[in-house]
Amino acid sequence: MTDRALAVVRPGSLTTVQDLGRPGHAHLGVPRSGALDAPAAALVNRLVGNPREAAVLETTLDGCAVRPRSAVTVAVGGAPCRVTVDGHPVAWGAPVRVPAGAVLDVGAAVFGVRGYVAVSGGIAVEPVLGSRSTDLLSGLGPPPLTLDAVLPLGPATGRHARVDVAPQPGPPAELLLRVTPGPRADWFTADAVRTLTTRAYRVSSASNRIGLRTEGPALERARLGELPSEGLVLGAVQVPPDGRPVVFLADHPTTGGYPVIAVVRTADLPAAAQARPGTPVRFLAVRRR
Amino acid sequence: MRALPVGEDALLVEVSSGDEAQALHAELLRRRSAGALSAREIVPAARTVLLDGVDDPARLAAELTTSAVPPTPPRAGQVIELPVRYDGPDLPDVAAHWGVTEAEVARVHAATEFRVAFCGFAPGFGYLTGLPPRYDVPRRATPRTAVPPGSVALAGPYTGVYPRSSPGGWQLVGTTDAVLWDHARVPAALLSPGARVRFVPVAAAGGAVTA
Repeated sequence: MTDRALAVVRPGSLTTVQDLGRPGHAHLGVPRSGALDAPAAALVNRLVGNPREAAVLETTLDGCAVRPRSAVTVAVGGAPCRVTVDGHPVAWGAPVRVPAGAVLDVGAAVFGVRGYVAVSGGIAVEPVLGSRSTDLLSGLGPPPLTLDAVLPLGPATGRHARVDVAPQPGPPAELLLRVTPGPRADWFTADAVRTLTTRAYRVSSASNRIGLRTEGPALERARLGELPSEGLVLGAVQVPPDGRPVVFLADHPTTGGYPVIAVVRTADLPAAAQARPGTPVRFLAVRRR
Repeated sequence: MRALPVGEDALLVEVSSGDEAQALHAELLRRRSAGALSAREIVPAARTVLLDGVDDPARLAAELTTSAVPPTPPRAGQVIELPVRYDGPDLPDVAAHWGVTEAEVARVHAATEFRVAFCGFAPGFGYLTGLPPRYDVPRRATPRTAVPPGSVALAGPYTGVYPRSSPGGWQLVGTTDAVLWDHARVPAALLSPGARVRFVPVAAAGGAVTA
């Protein structure tokens, strides 16, 4: 095997390979997948001189550690954390040189949830339908990182950015999600729609890459019975029988049979990717532009 | 036909039957390949077609609700034949629901031309329609935690084939060796919306043709 590779020293609780995902295959039942905090993934790629479609690592709460077999440039972004190379602290949010054989340790998130690790050349696992993303709903793409797994790297093409630290938005103390009502708001009582957009919710610990689950007042249906399965979009706020809204994220199913009461603006979803369980959530009704 | 706005750049077009949804889907694909429609995703489902990633949903909604779509889908392409053994563990239950013998379930199923109405649940899982409404069956009261890949199953008005092992509540009537999903193959999905499908009985290992 070539030395353009990373060995996994500490996989973390859930570290996946992510890029821009595989949109365009929803009609075959293939989720879009891709980095949940896409702006953070784009930034770390830019910092190491990768094109925006290069695959990065997405960590969840407790980071990960990898050992490159050849010298690489890396950048860690998304959720802020301590970053070390062979135990020595290095910059977060900036390009860092890691010598061959040294251990890059991405520490636990100080706040926020998902960290992004770009490596010069990008993670070069075999693409599936044009994407290297791990899709946790349907199992496409590479499996989550495991101890001693070896990830191939692509050839480094660009030059890393000349910055000390790139500014990144902090994780939200309160998650504000702007929503437009519909398509199935009429399946709920008028009171339920008001409840969604005025009452306080919290991020549930059952949240994952498929959906941000919430805890809070249950939303009451005006129409019972079953809705025939229909196509779902990113950011759809679906209400399962327990009445607690779920915001669909990148690995969401392509069709579903529970009514969608509203849809979150795409621009607000990266913040949702960084909201820890317990974070207050407010759904803010906005008019369609 | 009703076009419901979905978020900022999507539209859910609702029609009154599965046939109309399939016809609308075929028509939208035709328009997209002719360059008359720009959409990132066109996702058919039971009674709807979702258009995601469109430039001007309001204008498109107005355009669609005033245009005519044929009520039945065109007869597209070749029939995909799936070899099947009618050996599923729920065959007796399905026979009881239909009020016929197990052999008759196999005969009716194999004599039906199906159409992939839509996909979902898992990559390569198609919801096939074609059986008359009197053959609708309920899902199993208790879903199985693991349905073997290649299982041919019924639920509601649909027939489906499990592309890989997964939990499932459909009634298993048979098994196919066809590979429904192989991401190293082009196309990866054997079945895509609009495709015509027939199940062709084959001899069970060491046995006779069962239908």
